[in-house]
Amino acid sequence: MLKRTPLFSAHQRLGGKLIEFGGWEMPVQYTSIVDEHLCVRRAAGIFDISHMGELFVSGSGAADFLNRCLTNDIRKLAIGQGQYTLLCQENGGVVDDLYAYRLDTELYLLILNASRIDVDVAWFQARLAALPELSGTTVLDPASDRFGAFAVQGPRVVEYIDRLFPGGSQGGTSVSKPSELKKNQVAAWTVSVEAVWVARTGYTGEDGFEIIAPSGLTEALWDQALEQGRSVGQQPCGLGARDTLRTEVCFPLYGHELDEVTTPIEAGLTVFVSSDKGPFTGSEVLARQKLEGTQKRLVAFRMTEKSPPPRPGYPVWAAGAPVGIAVSGTQSPSLQNGIGLAYVPPAVAEPGTVVEIEVRGRRFAAEIVRKPLYRKVVKTP
Amino acid sequence: MSSQVPSDLLYAKSHEWARLENGVATIGITDHAQHELTDIVFVELPAKGRHVKSGEACAVVESVKTASDIYSPVPGEVIETNPAVIQDPSLVNSAPYASGWFFKVRLASSEPPAELLTPQAYATQIGA
Repeated sequence: MLKRTPLFSAHQRLGGKLIEFGGWEMPVQYTSIVDEHLCVRRAAGIFDISHMGELFVSGSGAADFLNRCLTNDIRKLAIGQGQYTLLCQENGGVVDDLYAYRLDTELYLLILNASRIDVDVAWFQARLAALPELSGTTVLDPASDRFGAFAVQGPRVVEYIDRLFPGGSQGGTSVSKPSELKKNQVAAWTVSVEAVWVARTGYTGEDGFEIIAPSGLTEALWDQALEQGRSVGQQPCGLGARDTLRTEVCFPLYGHELDEVTTPIEAGLTVFVSSDKGPFTGSEVLARQKLEGTQKRLVAFRMTEKSPPPRPGYPVWAAGAPVGIAVSGTQSPSLQNGIGLAYVPPAVAEPGTVVEIEVRGRRFAAEIVRKPLYRKVVKTP
Repeated sequence: MSSQVPSDLLYAKSHEWARLENGVATIGITDHAQHELTDIVFVELPAKGRHVKSGEACAVVESVKTASDIYSPVPGEVIETNPAVIQDPSLVNSAPYASGWFFKVRLASSEPPAELLTPQAYATQIGA
């Protein structure tokens, strides 16, 4: 039985095409992936992300505990700030990639990938049990069943977000309105006596916000955001557009770029792996890889001849030999070109390297390009 | 969403249509199929001269999300392919029964395969 988010009936009303994703019944699209994708790049889109997991970590030991588990340095977070970070095994393989928000002095919220919630929670519980000096002062509170979430993304979201949450924040970063939040900041607004968390984060490469709300409030807030977003041409968007948007800006997706046999260094996420915060699970392997390099590297590529869209699993060839494998790939709606991400040896990883992508037994010309594949054109006033 | 099912065509369960004229079948995919796929970005067609069996995978249509095989609804020899859909795959979305056709097959026998669906039967299958 697939799980359904608090927004399931909203998706049905909106005519969303529903598919299975990570054990959840989720909309893949409402109208068309290309339409929804371009609407986010040009104006605004709203996405159900309720399938993602929530885990609160609190107590005087919380920061130390998280710093023993996660790759980024949690001490960098002021109250009301978030950071991208990873949970690794001792061998450096990635258990999950996640966002950690510091909501209060000794209160953290972790946002987990839908398909990894149970694995992550079990992992944190086992780690905590193995650290007696922290287990009495750290509390883990898995809260995925109590929260829904949605993302509003695109350059015009900022035009209406303040109407959705009127007044000043009541937790996290102190701001007089949501649009004052800076990238990666988070703050709470009280709705029906409950805290709703609003973070200036996202997974599309556009400006935008992610809203984490108690399950019972999620649909009403979604409906209000849908209504307020009408003025800027906002459309509901499914997982299809979410995937093409994140691929264009080269954000990793667990199960594609990341898994238990791939390290953050191989995935090019070195800036999210702290070198100076003390030991954490996987720190020895990751420090050595930082120093010595790795045998595989995540690269971006674009097709340079007319070809079928590249897909995950397609072989990558260089100089007449198979050298790697694509882990993501699509026809880019913004660039109108086949694009993808692949693991290849360092010798093939330099931008400009000519490669081929094998599709159904035929090879098509491509080249390694610098990440991200798509860059926002910033308008200067 | 109601899809068009023209009354002068025959249909395969796998969502291809065939227009039979003078022993030649013109093949494409249905309005329902293009609607399900959406955003068609690439079409691969069989080589001219290829002999195909009924139900044989011989073309590929790719949307942003997935690649799907296209099966010949009739047996025979591929005698013509549509260069326009190679050039502009979105024709399959905008005109699935007209400029979005895929290929033509000279029928191996004078009788169309019995397993092809009438417009009414296909409309029932897709709930149109």
